[in-house]
Amino acid sequence: MCSTTANASPSWGGSVYFAPMLAYIIRRLLYAVPILLGVNLITFVLFFVVNSPDDMARMQLGIKRVTPEAIQKWKAERGYDQPLIWNATAAGSAGMAHLTETVFFNKSMRMFAGDFGRADDGRDIASEIKHRAGPSLAIAVPTFILGLGVAIAFALLLVFFRATRADFFGVVLCVAMMSVSGLFYIIGGQWLVAKVWHWVPISGYATGFTAAKFLVLPVFIGVIAGLGASARWYRTIFLEEITRDYVRTARAKGASEAAVLFRHVLRNAMIPILTGVVAVIPTLFMGSLLTESFFGIPGLGSYTIEAINAQDFAVVRAMVFIGSVLYILGLLATDISYTLADPRVSLK
Amino acid sequence: MSLLRVSNLVIDIGVACPVDGVSFSIEAGECFALLGESGCGKSMTALGLMRLLPPGARVSQGQVEFAGTQLLALPENRMRQVRGGGIGMIFQEPATSLNPVMRIGHQIGEALALHEQLQGVAARARAVELLMQVGIPDPVRRLDEFPFQLSGGMKQRVMIAMALAGRPRLLIADEPTTALDVTIQAQVLDVLDALRRKQGMAVLLISHDLGVVARMADRVGVMYAGQLVEEAPRARFFAHPAHPYSVRLFSALPDPARRGANLATIPGNVPPAETHHVGCRFVERCPEALAQCREAAPAWRAVNADQRMRCVLERSPGIEKVGTSRGLPAGRADDAPRSFESFSGQSPSGTAAEGDHDTMVPPLLSVNDLRVHFPIRRGLLQRTVGHVRAVDGISLQLQAGRTLALVGESGCGKTTAGKAILQLVSPTSGQVHLKGQLLVGLSTSELRPLRAQMQMIFQDPFASLNPRMRVGDIITEGMRTLGLAAGREKKSAERVAELLGRVGLAAEMASRYPHEFSGGQRQRIAIARALAVNPSLLVCDEPTSALDVSVQAQILNLLAQLQREQQLAFLFITHNIAVVDYLAHEVAVMYLGRIVERGTTDEVLRNPQHPYTQALLAAVLPVHGPLVVMTRLTGEMPSAAKPPQGCHFHPRCPHADAACRTTDPAEVMISATHGACCLKLKD
Repeated sequence: MCSTTANASPSWGGSVYFAPMLAYIIRRLLYAVPILLGVNLITFVLFFVVNSPDDMARMQLGIKRVTPEAIQKWKAERGYDQPLIWNATAAGSAGMAHLTETVFFNKSMRMFAGDFGRADDGRDIASEIKHRAGPSLAIAVPTFILGLGVAIAFALLLVFFRATRADFFGVVLCVAMMSVSGLFYIIGGQWLVAKVWHWVPISGYATGFTAAKFLVLPVFIGVIAGLGASARWYRTIFLEEITRDYVRTARAKGASEAAVLFRHVLRNAMIPILTGVVAVIPTLFMGSLLTESFFGIPGLGSYTIEAINAQDFAVVRAMVFIGSVLYILGLLATDISYTLADPRVSLK
Repeated sequence: MSLLRVSNLVIDIGVACPVDGVSFSIEAGECFALLGESGCGKSMTALGLMRLLPPGARVSQGQVEFAGTQLLALPENRMRQVRGGGIGMIFQEPATSLNPVMRIGHQIGEALALHEQLQGVAARARAVELLMQVGIPDPVRRLDEFPFQLSGGMKQRVMIAMALAGRPRLLIADEPTTALDVTIQAQVLDVLDALRRKQGMAVLLISHDLGVVARMADRVGVMYAGQLVEEAPRARFFAHPAHPYSVRLFSALPDPARRGANLATIPGNVPPAETHHVGCRFVERCPEALAQCREAAPAWRAVNADQRMRCVLERSPGIEKVGTSRGLPAGRADDAPRSFESFSGQSPSGTAAEGDHDTMVPPLLSVNDLRVHFPIRRGLLQRTVGHVRAVDGISLQLQAGRTLALVGESGCGKTTAGKAILQLVSPTSGQVHLKGQLLVGLSTSELRPLRAQMQMIFQDPFASLNPRMRVGDIITEGMRTLGLAAGREKKSAERVAELLGRVGLAAEMASRYPHEFSGGQRQRIAIARALAVNPSLLVCDEPTSALDVSVQAQILNLLAQLQREQQLAFLFITHNIAVVDYLAHEVAVMYLGRIVERGTTDEVLRNPQHPYTQALLAAVLPVHGPLVVMTRLTGEMPSAAKPPQGCHFHPRCPHADAACRTTDPAEVMISATHGACCLKLKD
């Protein structure tokens, strides 16, 4: 696992250093298999505790057309006519058929082979995800990068003016900003910037460079909404670092306050900041449920919300599966980023 | 003109006043030592004159003049040139004082860029030169390493190199060797002293350690509760300390001449910095205090031409001699009082009687070939590719009512050995018998009733007591878990009161929380907690190393008294030879997981046979007597993951030859109780 080496190891640098890291990555990816299996199973059970395939068919078909035959046909077309997890009547002497001829195996296990299947409305889920990933990333990535940069810069500014009034009012501002609901920023921003000032459209999306005018407002609002909480947290991390002995050593060397903050404090503070930040990078792909719904952006966030509303199991399990894969990758990326930020950490 | 002149320096933190009117001066090239216990304001003084005080603290009065410049009036950008340029500084804890994520070369280069305007190749070359000056082998490779790849002693050398980068005329060394082992301390002090003499650099040494001060200082200033109370040249100070506080600092040192008798202690603690003083600051702890001491603060008074103090008392020659004979001269064994023999029931005349003792009474604790190996796992399948041999085959015996000291430097496995004996880490192999009962291999539930027999006291009393539990609950927890009858409500309150009384605390303290106590009091609580279940064996892991000398004496007295009263056996794990000499009956010296020498305290400390024991004893700094520069132990202890072939000590041993590199030395008995593992002892 991720550990701190106590002794100087001669294997530092070069290919000898990457071999254990590769072994570590492979091991972690193997651990991911049972986790994903469990996630799939839990999603499946939770979904079908609430719904039965018959309910799904009734809802999709609408009240008027519901006949037992129509329900059977709907289920057969979409593969919900098999038993859920255990097929007692399955033929075949090997016994595996008891497990393979089931809804769980055909709908959920296939995803391990990259086969996401079709949504209940017949569209191919994989190509749908491909189309919708672009708009999601177009909002999430700029929001993430700008948000991180602004929050760190603001926190450093507060730390530079620590124990002064500027610092005090900065913290009060942070607390005020994090106390306001995210919905307020979205609705308030849409009203002020789009409706009163007419700077950008309220909602919608376009392809290519014209998308920029639709993206400015959600990105800006995303940065503002997250600023209070992160800046306050980063400030705490910086203040904790700044009392360390090595900072005193740097000052005793004659280093200026700016050199102390940027050369010494920032690099050390990045280690705890990375913990929280790198893990979410892959999940940016999933989009934001709230922002995409409010700004009418055809991304993966709104796709998930719509699928939940329509009780479309095929889409829900696909999005949960992708979400957990991305989260596992995010945790792995966090571990790897430690080795870059902190020379004491090596992966074994 | 003096290089540094500090006049009437006052530092405030809110209402507290940790430095209250300190004045001293340092000449060019001179080493001035500020001596005192923790909390007396030494470090605060140093940080104050560097203008590096922590937030909230400020210099409210006084002047600091360095090389003709008033430092306190200097604008911040000019002050930055003084820091690192005119005055260099090194700190106590080398492990945390270097930036963990910056390469050594960059950290030194930063100072070079600031004060020597050196960049790139020139800076690198100068950094290599600096690392060579402080005695770091292979300096070019070290430049590209990170601090965690260096040992503690090497880190402190890097700190010194960094402080020297700006060619300072004054070096402030704040407890420079407190965090280091004795052999490493000796090396680092040698480096500091040589550099000072070569470069004519003045040193402000801050230390609580009389041995370090005796080794380094030209002049000594004793600090107490924010003030200097005595100032004298080294030779005079160590021969004739004048202030009652100074005198008691000496008499509180553990002294083999006082074995079995109590050490002199200074009652109470250093008053907190927010105390408002009217009279003498030491009056509450001074047994010689007069009425006038309480009424007015004593003024400076010359005792001699070059010695002055803040005390009204006339020194009578008798008092200053209290317990000041110290050191480890060879051949002292015979004239040392043997009063400890009177309670261990043995004749004072030596080893034969002790041998009989061993065969007649089965030992309380018997450890046979104990090993603790921690696996090193690597690769895809986490296969075990090697072992850290933390404890590699130790055997020892301990009788009831006796103290066995396990001595060694950090990393030698002594703490792991202690834990393995108590089954707090499971041994890899070997046997541990307590009162004839085999402990190794027992399940947790089988061990639980036996836990009452064996308890442990830990090094850091600040970290080893649960801060959310009341003292009474801490003490009764053990009794409750072990289901002892005394765990019942009413009886347990009586028991807690009794235990607190036995360790010298008041019964009503049971309802308080650990943070309300001082370090010494907390260690007393830890002892009460261990005693609560009536153990017969106490493993004490460096119980006094986090404490000041005067408090250490109180705890040592308490432990000795408990042993006399209850026939407790102590396994005393320590690196402090003076404590061993005072307290222990037998000594086992550990090096890299193995015991290299064992015997009675006198045998091992007066007549050491193993080269490592000899080097370890040579590195102990004498407080008195002439400064003899011994041959120093070079290098550092190798990693326990890759112990050297043959004798573990051979890479550092001055007598090693080809045989030592291949052959594992067996134990050679010098007397019935004294054995050492060295091939050279055969002939």
